[in-house]
Amino acid sequence: MKKTALEILQGLRSLLIGLRITLREFFKPAVTVHYPHETLKIPPRFRGHIELVRDPETGRAICYSCKLCERACPSDCITVDGAKLEGAKKKSVTKYILDFTKCSLCGSCVEACRDSAIRFSRDYNLAGLSKDEFVMDLFKKLEDEARAAGLREAPAAVEPPPAPAESARTAGAAAPAPLKTS
Amino acid sequence: MQTLLTFLSSEPIRLLVALVAIMSFVGANAAYLVWVERKGAGRFQRRPGPTEVGWAGLLQPIADAAKLLSKQLIVPPGVDRALFRLAPVLMMPPALMSLAVIPWGESLAARDINVGLLMIFAFGSINVMAIMLGGWSSRNKYAIMSAARVVSQNVAYEIPMLLVVITMILVTGTMNLNEIVRQQAGPFWHWNLFRVWVNPLMPVTFLIFFICMLAETNRAPFDMAEAESELVAGAFTEYSSMGFGVFFMAEYANILLGCALGTVLFLGGWQSPIGLWPGVFWFLLKLYLLVFSVVWIRWTFPRTQFYGLLNLSWKILIPVSLFTLALSAAMMKLLRL
Repeated sequence: MKKTALEILQGLRSLLIGLRITLREFFKPAVTVHYPHETLKIPPRFRGHIELVRDPETGRAICYSCKLCERACPSDCITVDGAKLEGAKKKSVTKYILDFTKCSLCGSCVEACRDSAIRFSRDYNLAGLSKDEFVMDLFKKLEDEARAAGLREAPAAVEPPPAPAESARTAGAAAPAPLKTS
Repeated sequence: MQTLLTFLSSEPIRLLVALVAIMSFVGANAAYLVWVERKGAGRFQRRPGPTEVGWAGLLQPIADAAKLLSKQLIVPPGVDRALFRLAPVLMMPPALMSLAVIPWGESLAARDINVGLLMIFAFGSINVMAIMLGGWSSRNKYAIMSAARVVSQNVAYEIPMLLVVITMILVTGTMNLNEIVRQQAGPFWHWNLFRVWVNPLMPVTFLIFFICMLAETNRAPFDMAEAESELVAGAFTEYSSMGFGVFFMAEYANILLGCALGTVLFLGGWQSPIGLWPGVFWFLLKLYLLVFSVVWIRWTFPRTQFYGLLNLSWKILIPVSLFTLALSAAMMKLLRL
């Protein structure tokens, strides 16, 4: 009898402790992040899909289409194409297709690249209506970005290079306009 | 003019106004208690709850209602059609009718009858039958299991509830709810909750009443009727559209009724805790404090197993409430209160 009564009282006490805890939480600020309205800061080592790195001097992709990444990819999701621009010593990338539907983000391509021409992006808002939206041309993306940022007017790599190759390469980033008109 | 006034103050008109007022009060509350519940759940779990529809999610209930109303009301093949349709209909009116005798203010009760308490408990039992009918007529194994649980749970909790109410009738000597409130006039230690000179276990009596109220309204941690984790949606599994919506609204209407009854019986109804300015304001304040604690309890305690629930009633609540009844009877006889 005494034991039962004690048990009941102890049970009641534990219930009250539980209520006290939840009430205390009630008055604390919310801890959730409201995704579309606010986002967390993406850490620098976040591994999104890969992207081409721009050479800070020329403003173009570093990539010269050596295809090491294409070979390193275990899922066969990278297709690189390059062309030798007139007067240039190395090839330049003209097409860099990443089939993200097959990519497992293993990072072998980034490791294989000798010139750090590709890196992980920090894109994570990836949603699409069809599978085709995930077969992306990274080169085109890079060029689009450059155009949006006002770096160049047109994708220079597919354009015929200006007559004195050396001067154009150095002027590429600084003087964007005259490329096409010359 | 005179005739118009007499017409407006005539009994049928007064009843009509009261009826419309109660129905709209219950409707608005059922909708917005869902919002309160979701907001409360959010706060207890350190998140903000609904925020998207309207300011602070205030239009959420309207959006939910529009969604429910626009859905198809499916009557699955093989169900008992008449009973299946009747169950939600039976669910709502008892709560509405019971609210008619609740004294919101000194002269603000739709019907000030002297067996108000009896009437509430008479109608209160109907909604158990409604859930049982809904579960049974659904022709669904989960629904019928839930129906069986609801009946045994409600039988178990009706007993301590009624014992508590008998104690209160013994103490107050009346079944007229307004009279019960009037007896509790004055500062808060005059409330029945603190009437320890009649029965030192009065707070315990209130606790039992509150627990039974939670069980009767099928609220967590006693939500055996809608045991989501094991019985899909319990008795409401086969209901869609507003059929489900009515069950949902009735749950909140019953919470409202239970809290209102708790306020009247134990917390002094429309009496002010400081002895000044009694009025509807105090009643609503106490009512919503109780409603808040109902939400608070739901988001604090997990659901117990079914036998634990029955054990609580048969082994603890019934003996204790019988004891408080006997104690207050003995004290009233000995002390001639």
